[in-house]
Amino acid sequence: MLIPSDPNGPSHVNPLASRQPAVLVLEDGRTFTGQSYGAVGETVGEAVFNTGMTGYQETLTDPSYHRQVVVMTAPHIGNTGFNDEDDESSRIWVAGYVVRDPAVRPSSWRSTGTLEDALTAQDVVGICGIDTRALTRHLRERGSMKVGVFSGAAAARPVAELLSQVTEQPAMVGAALAAEVSTDQTYVVPAQGERRHRVVAMDLGIKGMTPELMAERGIEVHVVPQSATAQEILALEPDGVFMSNGPGDPATATHEIEVLRQVLDARVPFFGICYGNQMLGRALGFGTYKLKYGHRGINQPVMDRATGKVEVTAHNHGFAVDAPIDRESETHYGRVRVSHVCLNDDVVEGLECLDLPAFSVQYHPEAAAGPHDSAYLFDRFVDLMSTSKGESA
Amino acid sequence: MPKRSDISSVLVIGSGPIVIGQACEFDYSGTQACRVLREEGIRVILVNSNPATIMTDPEFADATYVEPITPEVVEAIIAKERPDAVLATLGGQTALNCAMQLYERGVLERYDCPLIGANVEAIQLGEDRERFKGVVERCGAESARSLICHTMDECLSAANDLGYPVVVRPSFTMGGLGSGFAHDEEELRRIAGAGLFASPTTEVLLEESILGWKEYELEVMRDHADNVVVVCSIENFDPMGVHTGDSITVAPALTLTDREYQRLRDIGIAVIREVGVDTGGCNIQFAVNPEDGRIIVIEMNPRVSRSSALASKATGFPIAKIAAKMAIGYTLDEVPNDITKETPASFEPTLDYIVVKVPRFAFEKFPLADSTLTTTMKSVGEAMAIGRSFTEALQKALRSLERSDSAFHWRGATPTQEEGRELLAQAQRPTDGRIVLLQQALRSGLSVEEVHEVTKIDPWFLDQIALINEVAELVAAAPSLDPQLLRLAKRHGFSDAQLAQLAGMSEPVVRGVRQALGVRPVYKTVDTCAAEFAAQTPYHYSTYDEETEVAPRERPAVLILGSGPNRIGQGVEFDYSCVHASFALRDKGFDTVMVNCNPETVSTDYDTSSRLYFEPLTLEDVLEVYHAEAAAGPVAGVVVQLGGQTPLGLAQALKDEGLPIVGTSPEAIHLAEDRGAFGHVLATAGLPAPKYGTATSVDEALEIARGIGYPVLVRPSYVLGGRGMQIVYNDDSLREYVAKATLASPDHPILIDRFLDDAIEIDVDALYDGEDLYIGAIMEHIEEAGIHSGDSACVLPPVTLGRAEVGRVRESTRKLAEGIGVRGLMNVQFALAQDILYVLEANPRASRTVPFVAKATGVQISKAASRIMLGESIADLRRDGLLPAEGDGTTLPPDAATCVKEAVLPFKRFLTQEGEVVDSLLGPEMRSTGEVMGLDTDFGSAFAKSQLGAYGGLPNDGTVFVSVANRHKRAMIFPVKRLADLGFRLMATEGTADVLRRNGVRAEVVRKHSTGRGPDGEPTVVDLIYDNQVDMVVNTPESQEARADGYAIRASTTAMDKPIITTVQELAAAVQGIEAQRAGTLRVMSLQEHAEQLRAGRAS
Repeated sequence: MLIPSDPNGPSHVNPLASRQPAVLVLEDGRTFTGQSYGAVGETVGEAVFNTGMTGYQETLTDPSYHRQVVVMTAPHIGNTGFNDEDDESSRIWVAGYVVRDPAVRPSSWRSTGTLEDALTAQDVVGICGIDTRALTRHLRERGSMKVGVFSGAAAARPVAELLSQVTEQPAMVGAALAAEVSTDQTYVVPAQGERRHRVVAMDLGIKGMTPELMAERGIEVHVVPQSATAQEILALEPDGVFMSNGPGDPATATHEIEVLRQVLDARVPFFGICYGNQMLGRALGFGTYKLKYGHRGINQPVMDRATGKVEVTAHNHGFAVDAPIDRESETHYGRVRVSHVCLNDDVVEGLECLDLPAFSVQYHPEAAAGPHDSAYLFDRFVDLMSTSKGESA
Repeated sequence: MPKRSDISSVLVIGSGPIVIGQACEFDYSGTQACRVLREEGIRVILVNSNPATIMTDPEFADATYVEPITPEVVEAIIAKERPDAVLATLGGQTALNCAMQLYERGVLERYDCPLIGANVEAIQLGEDRERFKGVVERCGAESARSLICHTMDECLSAANDLGYPVVVRPSFTMGGLGSGFAHDEEELRRIAGAGLFASPTTEVLLEESILGWKEYELEVMRDHADNVVVVCSIENFDPMGVHTGDSITVAPALTLTDREYQRLRDIGIAVIREVGVDTGGCNIQFAVNPEDGRIIVIEMNPRVSRSSALASKATGFPIAKIAAKMAIGYTLDEVPNDITKETPASFEPTLDYIVVKVPRFAFEKFPLADSTLTTTMKSVGEAMAIGRSFTEALQKALRSLERSDSAFHWRGATPTQEEGRELLAQAQRPTDGRIVLLQQALRSGLSVEEVHEVTKIDPWFLDQIALINEVAELVAAAPSLDPQLLRLAKRHGFSDAQLAQLAGMSEPVVRGVRQALGVRPVYKTVDTCAAEFAAQTPYHYSTYDEETEVAPRERPAVLILGSGPNRIGQGVEFDYSCVHASFALRDKGFDTVMVNCNPETVSTDYDTSSRLYFEPLTLEDVLEVYHAEAAAGPVAGVVVQLGGQTPLGLAQALKDEGLPIVGTSPEAIHLAEDRGAFGHVLATAGLPAPKYGTATSVDEALEIARGIGYPVLVRPSYVLGGRGMQIVYNDDSLREYVAKATLASPDHPILIDRFLDDAIEIDVDALYDGEDLYIGAIMEHIEEAGIHSGDSACVLPPVTLGRAEVGRVRESTRKLAEGIGVRGLMNVQFALAQDILYVLEANPRASRTVPFVAKATGVQISKAASRIMLGESIADLRRDGLLPAEGDGTTLPPDAATCVKEAVLPFKRFLTQEGEVVDSLLGPEMRSTGEVMGLDTDFGSAFAKSQLGAYGGLPNDGTVFVSVANRHKRAMIFPVKRLADLGFRLMATEGTADVLRRNGVRAEVVRKHSTGRGPDGEPTVVDLIYDNQVDMVVNTPESQEARADGYAIRASTTAMDKPIITTVQELAAAVQGIEAQRAGTLRVMSLQEHAEQLRAGRAS
């Protein structure tokens, strides 16, 4: 258990004076005044809220949150500190962090430091002490929007100036961000135990747990950059191709969609998660659209329409595929059905090609953070590859 | 999958009387279940012996049996009603046990009515420790490691294997005899040695100790399509070693990373599947090693529980309601989330607030009991609070307990570190109020590490308490209360009273400053989804944040103040009245606004009232709720009369602040509560009262007592449940009492009354509208006056009162109602002695007996009371049909059934430090936790049923031991003779046996406990009782001082679960009951049939 060496522990100091003033400014002019949290300075991004009660470290290090200022609805953040094991990528990606009540003293046997130190070290500007529920309700009613967080000297600038800085940032619609978060170099995650399959995973913002869960199932995962071409991918002779989650507007992903079409043409088994689901949707000819305020949390009910079973799932998506959920669709690649739907709002949560070995889900079977209800999808991918190879599943 | 079509009627089994460990949370779950089933068009048959519950209101079921929950009685109900299925997972362990007995007796098969919810196999798997271990193992999880040993060598090697400390549990000994913790080899040799000796099979189980580990609970729901959701995670502030019911608990879990939490979730789901709970809720408890995260599964309950009630209130996800829907075939995705209306129930609630539950204890009622908190639950109630931070929720919860010493304080000088260490040493033993000791220890400057080392409480929680102390220091050091500072303190849950203490001001001044500076709470909503979707249900809590969510409204509102945490003397009965008022006033077009902080109740179900504020019942919190609601729309009134002493105690202060108190005015309440003023009311009305006096000093008390003549009844003023009440026989004990009582209640004087020996006590519940009086019922106590009315059995209609006496009671009641100025309900206690009707007390509020009266007479008097309070007259209500057109509770038809209410006492729960149960003697201080009702054609049968419902019943044959005080010897002869005639074998102590012999009754003389065994090992009575050779004990005390012999007899009888009769009146009743039982005339009758009989009788 982490117990700091100072015999009296960390002082909360003067809770009024220890933090610098900070202000959060929304695109529509609403502001919230609080105190600095993490790095002092300024940041802009898209304001989104996450309703998970656990897993802030996984959330912060999820590349899909690139360019987003994340509002945590859970009021106490940082209770279990920061550790060396739960990162989903090599760094914190959020553009800014908004919490109500940061923990001063973490408590966990795995903790190696405080969350706030990690935020400060990675220069992540945050704000605390604001009415996060009021902010969440605002975003729910008005939709996700541009936001800026300003602390220290920046917070003292005139609000009009801050507001224009907020509105000047580029919008999330039309933003191509996958290249910004993708790996530069191909790397290989070896299979655990006997290697059964080789998968090429295109990193559009991949979380570490995804190759981990594949590796557990005997898959050797070649993680390739977003810029990889179909030729490069197919040259690795994969048993399956995977496209990961990631940030940005799927409508901008012309390269990825072109790659995916060639993979489908080659009838190589395909599995996509999140952004990868949107890639499959667009490759099949469906549109994508921006949700009003997205799905970000680890409590979302999704029905597998083949079995009628409900999974409690982790979500992090601002965009969704526009496909008819009540019938099969005829596409260039044959028949396609919506395999999964979110029961809260009937948003498409999964696609399945009936004439091709390809499927994808909008949510996160790799969890991290979140429930493990959907881990079976990785087994389904394994089965698909086995069947495709002519092995018995 | 839609509803099952093969079920058109369901028998719901309730949980019986309120006892420690099984309280009104099952009224909440059962009420929800009944509602759901009826909404689905299913015929609901309900059995529950507890008349104080809302679920036993006739409108919640098609056939309501307030009958004992025993397999024989339930079989009779099944035979009569022929339900298609039995639902037993919503009535606690009582219902589950009864269901298992029905199964074992083949009743379920014989009548083709299977269990729904959990099946027999699942119940067995969940309940059987060994089999459950197998389940855990198959799920890939761990139980506590244990080894069975037969020799000391085996013990030593096992302990080395498991690591010290180890738990030693001898096999097959009674009540955990011989078990203990061994911290080293020497202790192990001693404890295991004794254990091996004590065990008839020379066998002990050594188990690894998980004391001090972190403790968690998950509430899990499953449907028959195998969809599973985790509704709530709960973390215990108190680590392993304290029963979760006695722990401070927090939702959601706050000190787990996602990886660890998901591991618990995976195990929980695997366990519910492996156990095979078909549908419904269950809870699973875990221990987590804080050093390395190792997880141990402790247990699971395949039914809804106290924790599920808490989880429902904490999340807004109504577990029992949804469990009932699952039981009749729905799946989670088919059921809408009540709060959002748009999203389905197949999701997991997420919280954007913190919930803290704190237990409320009653050790003051059992001064000899060991107050150490252990794995046996001892608390009698709980309060829950919601805040936007842990500190806020914790401080709100502590003040919700309504005890002066329950909240954190900064009185006096800051303790030195040395004093802090002393406090910490005390806090090592978990007790009621330990958290305040810890706060003081931290205040003294001890580090979180040091406190953690001793208590094992997670440093995160301790750090939060340190934070509260730091904020307190800031406030104390500040030159003035500025808005920023006030806001900061309020965000950490400080009350105006605490701030007043810190700032050296009075509470009203702090409040005035705060309000003038605009520092006021906002009200947020419990919405299951952290604001992701709009909430349609106004379930609110206060916090100091920016934005309030209280919606404007047009209809006039009525605020109803609830009764707070359950305690002895103020329990579910008061919740019943509050809920009734809410129903009645909603029907009349008001928006009802409930304020309460008790998570176990129906009143804090968001379905009960138009709006719910889950708030402490302190002046500050109630004023703020009123302020928020007055800003939202018109407020027609505030009801303080129905929630017991808690809201009544606030009445005057609320009125002074300008709140419209409806019903009996605070001034009238004062007339009834203040002894002097009440004496004046009595004198004016010409009503006699026992001689009394009011004393503020020892000398004064002695003078008054001598004037009145001993014995006298003494008590502090302004109490409920007879708290601190005692019968005093001489100067010495009076001196002692005054010294103690003054400490207990510094602001209030001591009341001294003449104690009426051998008087019949009469309880009256009545309605008064300023003109008309409606007597709800006159109840005759079975025990003599002097036993607290809450602990006394009573019968309705009164069995020995004549018409003339009833007339006098009516007249006296009317005079009191007029004199006090009652508008609504009033309860009066009379004592009839030597043909004089003395007024003992009058309470202008709903009483404990209101629900019993409503069920026994078929008239909803608390609904009527709420409408009278808002201006209607008794004549209006008679016209409206809420009250009978003619007559009242004194004019029940002559052939109406007789109803007996019997109290249920918790003595067995409380052990002295020597491990003996505490004395079961009844007295003027109330100690019962609950009640049952017996309803049958005559008194004997009804009494027999009440005993069956309360503790298992009177014997039909066997041995009765009799030992009575000299003054009772004459009265005992006839009933004991009757027992002999019925074939009972009699045993008696010498004196009692002599009297019996002279009257022609033979009784074997047995040795007294104090004389010890005889020269040839002849057993004492206590030995015989422990040896299961006695089936019933009659023991009346010589005086109120529990003498050693009597105590040992009563303690052994209580320990053996045998009927113990401590008054001669009860003996006479018991004999009638035994006669009725043996005659086989007991029959089951539903409340609906009973009400029909009453109606027919009234009409004819």
